[in-house]
Parts: sequence; C-alpha cells; structure tokens
Amino acid sequence: MAEVQDQAAVAGAPSPPETAAAAVLSFRAQPLYDGPVVPLVEFTSASNTAAVRLDPGDDARALLPHLAGLRLIEVAFPKYRDGRGYSAAAILRAAGYAGELRAAGDVLLDQVVFMRRVGFDSLAPATPLDRAAVDAALARFPFVYQPAADGRTPVWALRHG
Amino acid sequence: MYSYDAYDQAIVDARVDEFRDQVARRLANEITEDQFKPLRLMNGLYLQLHAYMLRIAIPYGTLSAKQMRMLAYVARRYDRGYGHFTTRQNIQYNWIKLAEAPDLMADLATAEMHAIQTSGNCIRNISSDQFAGAAADEVADPRPYAELLRQWSSFHPEFSYLPRKFKIAVIASDTDRAAIQLHDIGLQLVRGPGGNLGFRVYVGGGMGRTPMIGHVVRDFIPVGQYLSYCEAILRVYNRYGRRDNIYKARIKILVHELGAVEFTRQVEAEWAEMEPLGLDAPAAEYDRIRAQFAEPDYDLAASDGIDRGDPDFALWLDQNVHPHKQPGYAIATISLKPVGGIPGDATAEQMDLIADLADRYAFGEIRVTHSQNLVLAHVRKADLYSLWAALAEADLATPNLDLVTDIIACPGLDYCALANARSIPVAQQIAERFASLDRQHDIGELKIKVSGCINACGHHHAGHIGILGVDRKGEEAYQLSLGGSGAEDASLAKILGPGFSEAGVVDAVEKVIEAYRTVRTGPDERFLDTYRRVGDAPFKAAVYG
Repeated sequence: MAEVQDQAAVAGAPSPPETAAAAVLSFRAQPLYDGPVVPLVEFTSASNTAAVRLDPGDDARALLPHLAGLRLIEVAFPKYRDGRGYSAAAILRAAGYAGELRAAGDVLLDQVVFMRRVGFDSLAPATPLDRAAVDAALARFPFVYQPAADGRTPVWALRHG
Repeated sequence: MYSYDAYDQAIVDARVDEFRDQVARRLANEITEDQFKPLRLMNGLYLQLHAYMLRIAIPYGTLSAKQMRMLAYVARRYDRGYGHFTTRQNIQYNWIKLAEAPDLMADLATAEMHAIQTSGNCIRNISSDQFAGAAADEVADPRPYAELLRQWSSFHPEFSYLPRKFKIAVIASDTDRAAIQLHDIGLQLVRGPGGNLGFRVYVGGGMGRTPMIGHVVRDFIPVGQYLSYCEAILRVYNRYGRRDNIYKARIKILVHELGAVEFTRQVEAEWAEMEPLGLDAPAAEYDRIRAQFAEPDYDLAASDGIDRGDPDFALWLDQNVHPHKQPGYAIATISLKPVGGIPGDATAEQMDLIADLADRYAFGEIRVTHSQNLVLAHVRKADLYSLWAALAEADLATPNLDLVTDIIACPGLDYCALANARSIPVAQQIAERFASLDRQHDIGELKIKVSGCINACGHHHAGHIGILGVDRKGEEAYQLSLGGSGAEDASLAKILGPGFSEAGVVDAVEKVIEAYRTVRTGPDERFLDTYRRVGDAPFKAAVYG
C-alpha cells in the first residue's frame, strides 16, 4: 500500500496518504479532485456538486448539459467484465468533457490500456496496482488501429500522413 | 493477399511479448488461474477436457502457402501432428502445453498470424466468402473491407468487454456462402442506386440456444462510412445488451426485445452522433489494402477445355469444382471429409502438400470454408487433373462437396469442456452409412450439421438436417431437426420429435432420407426444397410412425 501511495504522489496526486484516494493513479497534469462524489440520481435532483458517479446502468448523456460545471466524473466498474463504462467515457470525451474522468472499482492491469484510450485519466482500482507495471502495460503497444478519446493517431493516418 | 507492414507486425509482436509476460506470471504463480483465464482467452487459449486448446485466427478464411506451412509446423512441433479447421474459418489445436504457448505465438507472428480475439467477449475473427475474388457473381472483392474490419476491431478499446462475443461476416454476392444472416452483424456488399458500393447491414442473427435470423437495419451504407456505422451498432449493444444472463447476452436478444424498428432507430441516432467524429478510415487506406488483393497474374491464354476421360476425376470435377470469373480458370474445393475421418481435420503432411499445390497451381493462396473444407480459388482448368491426382494420393479428393457425407461437426465431447455429447462419432457413422458415392449422388445436396451442445458450434440450426447432442439423465442423446439453411434463403431447422441414442439417430437420419427419396418430385428437388414443400409430416411418419 505504501509503495502505491508513493507512486501516486510522484504522479502529482495531492491526496494525503491516509485517504482512500492515495491509491488513485493519476495521468493528469492537474491535481486529482478530492471532494465528495454523488451518484447520478442525487446529482440530477440537487446539482450543487462538482463530482458525480456513474454506475454501469446510468446514461452518461444525462450529464451532457452539466459538463462545464463538473470537475470529476467517476465511472464505476463493479466487475471488470462489465464494459459499459468504456462507452460512458467515450461519450463524455466526445462531448467535450475535459475534467477528471476516473475509472473506479474492479480495475485490473490488463484493462488499463483500454481505459486510457477511451479517455480515463485517473484510475481508482479496488485492489492497488503497481504503477511501474501499469506504465509498462501502457507503453507496450507502439501503435493503435483506431481513433479514440486519447487522441493517438491511428495506423491508417500514419500510413497516409 | 494482405501482407503486414511494419505497423501490423509491431502490433502483433507486442502482443506476443505481452502474452509471454502473462504466461510467465501464471507459471510463477504470481497470478491465479482465475486472473489468468480472461488473459489467455483473449489469446485464444482454452482449457479443455485433456489439455489446452489454441484457436488461431485465419482472417476472412484466407491463408498463404507460407502460412499453411506454419500451421503444419505448429501441428508437428506443438501438437500431435494435426489441426482442426473450424466453422469460423479458423484452426484449432487440441494438445497445447501452456509453457510452450508463447513460443508458438512467436512462431505464428513470423508468418503474420496470431490468435488475437479468437475468444472472449469481443469482436471475433471476421469471416467471409471462400470464393471471394474468384466468384463470377460478386460485385467486388469483399476481403479488403474484411481486412479493414480486422484492423478496426483489433484491440478496440470500447468494445473489448462486450456483453458477449460478437461475430461479423462480409460477403459480396447474392449467393451467401458465409451464413451472414446468422451473424451478429452480416454485411453484404451491394451497388447502390448511383452505382456506388455500399453495404446492406443485417444485425441480430445467431445460433446458440436461441437461434435467430438477422434483420436488415439498413439497405445501404456507403463503404466510406461502414466502420462508423458498425461502431454505432456496437455502442448500442455495449450499452444496452443484457448482462444479467449469459444466455441472453448476445445482440440478437437485444434486437428481439427492442424490436428491429426501435433497435434500428437507436443505431441511427447513435450513428448521427458518431459519424462526424472521424472514425472511418480514409479511401486511401482502403485503396492501399485493395491493392494487395489485386487480381492474380492470370494466364490469358488458359484453355477452357477439360479432359473428362478419367471417370473418378469427372466425379470430383462435377462435385468439387465451381466456375471462376476468369476464362480458363476454376475454383477447386478440397474436401476435409473423407468417409470415416474427422470433419475439418488435416494432418501436418496434408497441410504441407496443400501448401505446395497452392504454390504450384493456385498463386500460393488457400481458403478455409465455414463448412470445414479448403479451397484453391484460382486454378487453371488445364491443371485440374494434375491437382486432383495429387490430392487423391493424400486422401484429399473425396468428391462429396455439399453431399450427405460433407458433414459439419464441432469437436464435441471428445475434446470440448462444454459438450454434452460426442459429435465426431455421429458424423463418422452417418458418413459410413452413406459411403456409396452412387447413393450420395442420388440423394443430392444435403447439409448435415452436428453440434455436441446447445452452443451450436456445429451449426445444427442451419442444417438441412441438424443434430444436437444433449445430456439425458447422464446419457448422451441426440435431437433431430429438419429444414435449416445458412444460405441466402436462411431458415432455422425445426425439431422433428423425441430424441435418440447414438445408434438411433443414425438410423433416424437414414429413415428421413429414404422418406425424402419417396416424396421428392424428382432427383432435381433438393432435400431442403422437398421439406419446405411437404412439411415434416412424412418425415415424422417415417421416423416415429
């Protein structure tokens, strides 16, 4: 646990070591959001908050009118096999959301490449991940075949650059 | 044929490295079998009854001779000297050792092959028409579009954890040799009103325990936009496909529950959002790929005449050879269904021979069919006799294409951990029962398909005669269905009545076939057409009466 906290600190996460957010891996230039997060159902009824959580069955498009006022959208992955959160992230980034987009829950090493590609810029795994292993996984594939929210140039564009 | 550039090769090589690392972590017990399972499955590695099974992708069923030699090498070096061609136009090996699997993947990569996404809840290998590029009736070669789909779907970040597996097939003829209406997405290349190329899009077909025929969700999507359109279909499915029940998780259930009209409306709405995002590859990329599927260097002086003097050769010619769009050429199908053999199996020696014959007679190219045979797509008619003679020596010239002994069978309980019953012995016994070629020709076109469980890998729902293995109080039993078709006249086979023992189902098939011979209007009326004309009453009477 301590090792993970150190790695989060290196990445610029401002969270104090005693909070759960210490295990959050950051890929953001700006500090991680550290305030309370409300579920979507509460957010729509009382919208005085800058952070909201989307569960797998929630419609990410419900947030589109509110994106400018949000600093964190946390997308829950109760089970890694449930891939709805990838579409939620892609929709939010395509709509122009530029704040923190966090994948939280059953986030495993072998999903981080896909999560980064669809636009997640922080990861809150229920079981801490080794930052070095995450970075190695992210560096492994030199090229990508399709455009996505991460802005990497797809192979077809490199070929015809 | 498509060949990798440095980008493709780098991606596949990276995958080999990643897999090697994953296997090392598993062998060192750094990760549990539970954690390893989804990783190995994404690389086509299943734990079966006796050993690991590896499924290798053969994109759109097209292989070079060099790749076929690699498959022969894999069979010798890592397996027991043979491999099994599947109904997804892939190949499976049944006796793989986990510790050797990374080296195997590295060897495959040297021949531009991989096992990426041959399992898991992701977009699987793209299938296509085995006569692509050679068929006289196609509007254009569908394989460049299939290759673009292969690239687009490889490691797609949004669609790697779908509710369930996802299968796409692409054809370019009105004659459907790839069963597109039984796929999650079926794409038929057509010419639009102005003569431009586009796709007719079918969604929601499938087999398994709830077989369904696909719906047309769009009559025409221009080829320049089919990737983003597929992306919209996948997104609707990823967001709203059922995840509460593995048996209701395929897209066909979503389409069925929403209704095709509402599903189509949702896809169109999603596509309106996605189309402007620049998801489609530029025409230049399509052109680059298409150039690699250029017409072979045909012999323009090739003769159209064939010497039919050898009666055995003439039998093969009439049954296993199809017309080619190029004068002087023909399409030859190599049967992997010798009577008594295992459907779809080939030995390493046979693979090497086929690779050599492909080099000598067919521009070094081989196709795999969804009915588990192989095809040499461009053979000079003048070479057919020599080709046939060489195939015959290796037991590869059985003249039974689309006849009663050309049976599709899944691996079944002889190998598969999911199976309820054996498939292979049933197929073998039926083939032996009808071994007489005279009898086979008298019966005519008849597609028998055998699955060892409800998952329907043996396509029994699409069989003119379908056989499904079930578990009946701990005993293997078999249900008989009639009237299915995976072709352009797609239909689902209907259960005839109570099930049978292994011996009983072979007898029942024979009774069904004899009843057909009695009620058909003549030898030209196929079994399927007779069944559609008269219904199941005469067959019920023959089997149960």
